[in-house]
Amino acid sequence: MYSGEKSLLRFTTTGSVDDGKSTLIGRLLYETKSIYEDQYEAIKKTSERKGFMDVDLAYLLDGLAAEREQGITIDVAYRYFETPKRKFIIADTPGHVQYTRNMVTGASKADCAIILIDARNGVLTQSKRHGFIISLLQIPHLIVAVNKMDLVDYSQKVFNDIVEVYESYSEKLDIHDIVYIPVSALKGDNVVGKSPNMSWYDGPTLLYRLENIHVSADRNLVDFRFPVSYVIRPHLDFRGFAGKIASGTITPGEEVVILPSGKTSAVKSLTTYDGDLPQAFVPQSVVISLADEVDVSRGDMIVRKKNLPHIEKSLEAILCWMDDKPLSQADFYILKHTTRYVKASVTRIVYKIDVDTLHRRPADTFLLNDIGRVEMQTAQPLFFDPYKINHATGSFILIDPLSNRTVAAGMIRDVPRHIEDYRDDSDAEHAKTSPHVIRRDLNIPLALREKQNGHRAIVLWFTGLSGSGKSTIAMELERRLFAANCHTILLDGDHLRHGLCSDLGFAPADRKENIRRAGEVAKLFFEQGNIVLCTFISPFRRDRDSVRQLFPEGRFFEIYIRCDVTECLRRDPHGLYKKALTGTISDFTAIQSPYEAPDRPDLILDTEKTSLDQCMEFVEQYVAGFIFHDAEGVQD
Amino acid sequence: MNSFTVSYLRQLESESIAILREAAAEFRNPVMLYSVGKDSSVMVRVAQKAFYPGKFPFPLMHIDTGYKFPAMYEFREAFCREIGARLIVERNERWIAQGCHPLKMGVDKCCSYLKTGALLEALTKHGFDAAFGGARREEEKSRAKERVFSLRDASGQWDPKNQRPELWELYNTRLNEGETMRVFPLSNWTEQDIWSYIKLEQIPIVPIYYARERLVVERNGILIPVMPGAAAEKEQARTVLCRFRSLGCIPCTGAIPSPAVSIDQIIGEVRAARKSERENRVIDLTSDSSMEQKKKEGYF
Repeated sequence: MYSGEKSLLRFTTTGSVDDGKSTLIGRLLYETKSIYEDQYEAIKKTSERKGFMDVDLAYLLDGLAAEREQGITIDVAYRYFETPKRKFIIADTPGHVQYTRNMVTGASKADCAIILIDARNGVLTQSKRHGFIISLLQIPHLIVAVNKMDLVDYSQKVFNDIVEVYESYSEKLDIHDIVYIPVSALKGDNVVGKSPNMSWYDGPTLLYRLENIHVSADRNLVDFRFPVSYVIRPHLDFRGFAGKIASGTITPGEEVVILPSGKTSAVKSLTTYDGDLPQAFVPQSVVISLADEVDVSRGDMIVRKKNLPHIEKSLEAILCWMDDKPLSQADFYILKHTTRYVKASVTRIVYKIDVDTLHRRPADTFLLNDIGRVEMQTAQPLFFDPYKINHATGSFILIDPLSNRTVAAGMIRDVPRHIEDYRDDSDAEHAKTSPHVIRRDLNIPLALREKQNGHRAIVLWFTGLSGSGKSTIAMELERRLFAANCHTILLDGDHLRHGLCSDLGFAPADRKENIRRAGEVAKLFFEQGNIVLCTFISPFRRDRDSVRQLFPEGRFFEIYIRCDVTECLRRDPHGLYKKALTGTISDFTAIQSPYEAPDRPDLILDTEKTSLDQCMEFVEQYVAGFIFHDAEGVQD
Repeated sequence: MNSFTVSYLRQLESESIAILREAAAEFRNPVMLYSVGKDSSVMVRVAQKAFYPGKFPFPLMHIDTGYKFPAMYEFREAFCREIGARLIVERNERWIAQGCHPLKMGVDKCCSYLKTGALLEALTKHGFDAAFGGARREEEKSRAKERVFSLRDASGQWDPKNQRPELWELYNTRLNEGETMRVFPLSNWTEQDIWSYIKLEQIPIVPIYYARERLVVERNGILIPVMPGAAAEKEQARTVLCRFRSLGCIPCTGAIPSPAVSIDQIIGEVRAARKSERENRVIDLTSDSSMEQKKKEGYF
C-alpha cells in the first residue's frame, strides 16, 4: 500500500522516572523495525563505554549529550514509526516534576496519550498529575499502560486494583476514552503481540489500540475558522488570503464575514497549486479569494456569517506557566493567538490548581510549572472559541516582551462574565464587537434576563437508549435546580410526541423532524433565560449536532447517558423492549434501529457503573459550574 | 459527499505550508537554505505551493564548499533556471583558497570552516534574519530535539538546553537584536515521506540518487567515490553498483551498494533499510554527539 494514504496518529508518552517509558518506546520501535542498525550500534558503544551490560534503549531517545551524561530526559523528543496501517509521531516527554512544561508542550498536539504506571508501585501522585494535564489539554484518548507485569507474576488482581484506583480518580477528569492495558515493555507482553502470560486479559495490545483509535471524529468540522496568515497578490487580478483552515469546512459561494472589520463577502475561489478546490476543510492550507474588494490582512479571521466566534477583549483561561520568571500582573505580555500578536495582561488570578490534589488555592502569582485560572485583558479583540470546542482558536501562548521567551501556554475557557458585568444591548460598542444574532434580535436581551434570574441560561441535552436513565436523572436534576431558585423547563420526548409531534412516527426522517422541533422549542425557552433540560433518545449524531448549532458556543451541553443495551433490556421500565423484541412495535432504537453514541459529548454519565446518587452529585456540580460560572472540568 | 479526510502526506504538506507562510509574514528578510539534495527539492516544492499563484518571496542560498558532486552543480543550475528562483551561492573563499580539506584538517574542522563558518558569514553579509532549512527530526538524535522555529543567538549558536517551548501550531517568531531564526518546515517528515512525496509530486532530483556502477574505495566500511580530490591514491579502488542515499561533499559522502534505479525501487529500499540515512555521512561519525556539537556552533 502506498504510504501517503495511511492515517496519522500523534501520541505522547509520559510516566515517572523508572516506569520504563524508554523501554516501552524502544520496544515499539524495535518490534516495528524502526531502529536502524547504525543507530543501535552507536548507543551500544555508549552503553559499553559507560560500563553497562545491556544496551540501554534510553540512549536512543536522549538526543542531547547532557541528557546522556545525566541519564535523564531534559526535553521533548520526537520519534517516528509506521506500521502497514498507520504513521505515528511520538512526542516523548520527560516525567519529572520540574519538567511539567515539557509535558504540556509534547501533549499540546497529541491525539492520544499513554501514561505508564509501574505495576509494583501502583498509582502514584505523578500518574494522577499526568492524567490531569492530559485532561486540561483535552487529549481525547488515553491509554493507561500498566507496565512491569512480569515483576508481579502477571497478576490480574494487581492490574485490576490499579485500574480501580485510577478509574475513581479519572472520573473527576474530563477524559472520556480510557483504555487500560497490562504490559511488560521489557519482555514484550501485550505491546505488539498478545501475551501468553495474561490469558485473563482479553483487551487489545498496545499497538493494536494505537492502530485503531478513531481520530477523525475528534476534529471540529462545524465551526469554520480561517485565520489569515499571508496575503498573496501576484498581480492586479488576483488577491488571495492564505492560511490553514483551523476548523470547519467551506465551499465557494458561501457568505463570510471578515473579523474584526465585520465586512461581509462571499468566497469566490479556493486556490491551491494543484488547482481550485470545490470544497476545503480542516486541516488544509488554501488561498481564499473573495467576491468583493474588502480589506483583509494578516491576523484577520474569515468565518461564516451565521457562525461567529467570540469577539472580545477579555477572556478567561487556564494558564500553564513555563518560565523561571514568575507571572506579573503589573507587566504586559505579548499574546499569540492564531496568526496574530496582541498586547495582553493578566487582570486577575482566580486560583491556582494543586495538581496533586486538584484543590484550588488563591494565588498572587504563578511560578514555573504552576497551573491555574486567570482573567485576561487584551489591547485588541481576539476572535476565539472555548478550547474545549476548538483547540486551534481556543489556545494561545504568552511571550515576555523583554526576553521574547515563551512564558505560558493558555487554554481559553470562555468570556469572563460576572453577573454584574452583563451589559445591555443598547451599549453600542458592545453591539459592534459582539454581533451575536441572539443578543440583537430579542426584545429583552438574554443578558438582562440572566441578570434578573441570577443564573445563566443553558441547554442540557440528555441522549441515550430507552431505559438508560435519561428522564430519571433529568427530573431529579430539575427538582434540585428548582429548589436552588433556577428557572427551568423539562422537555421530554414522550410528552412532545403526545402533542407538538403527534403527527410523527419513528422512521429516520420523522425522528429528524421530531428532534428539529424539540431543538427549536428548546431555543425559545433558552432565549427566555431558562435552563432547558431535554430528554430525547435522539439516536442520530447529525440530528443532535444540528440542534447544537442553534445555540451559542458554551451554552449547549450534550450529556450522554451511557448504559449497555443488555442492561436497558433488563430494566425495561415500560416494557417497550419486550414489545420491540416480540415485534409489537417497530423501529425501536437499539433493537431494529441504530443508536449513534456521541463522538464528543460534554459529559458522560454511566448509569451501569455509577449509582444514581453519584450521577446526580456529578451532574449537579457540573451544571452548577456553568450556570453560576465557576467550573474546571475537574472537581474539588 | 466526502469523509473530509486528507492523507498523511497532505497533512504534512499543509503543516509545512503553514510554517513557511508564518515565517514569510513575520520575518523581515528570510532565505531558504538550498543544499541541492532531495530534502531541498521537496522544501522548494512546498514553498512553491505555499505562495501560489505568487512566487515564493525569498531567495535560495547554497553554501558551497567546492567539494560537491559535479552532478549537483549541474542540477542546481538547471533546477533554479527552470523554476525561476533567485539563487545566491556563498563560499568561504579564504579557506577554500588555503586548501581546506577533511583529509588534511580533519572532518570536524573542515565542516566548521567551509559550512558552518560560511553559512554564518553569509547570513550576516545579507542581513538574513531567518533561514529555512530542510533538516528533519527523524534524521539524527539531536535533531529530534529541535524546534520548528529554532532560535540562534547573535553568534549563530544553538542552545539545546534552553529552547523555547513550542505548543500547538503557535510559533514564537520574535527575535531580540542580533538573534536569528532557523525554521525547519520539514521537521516531521521522514526519509520515507520525502521519497513518497517526490514520487507523488514528480519532483526532480539529482541523478546520483540512482544506482549505477561507480569506482569507489572503502574507508571504515563506507564507500567513498573516487573523484578528483576525494580518494587518496594508495587506497584500493573497485567498481560497485551503488547509489547515494543522502548527498554532501565528495570526500565525506559514502555510497551504499544498491541496485535501485527508479523511485519505486528507492522507496522499497528505504522501507526495508536497516540503517539510517546518514549512515554514509562521515561527518556524523566522529563522535556520539558530532551533530549536536556542530549544531551548537551554528550548523544547518
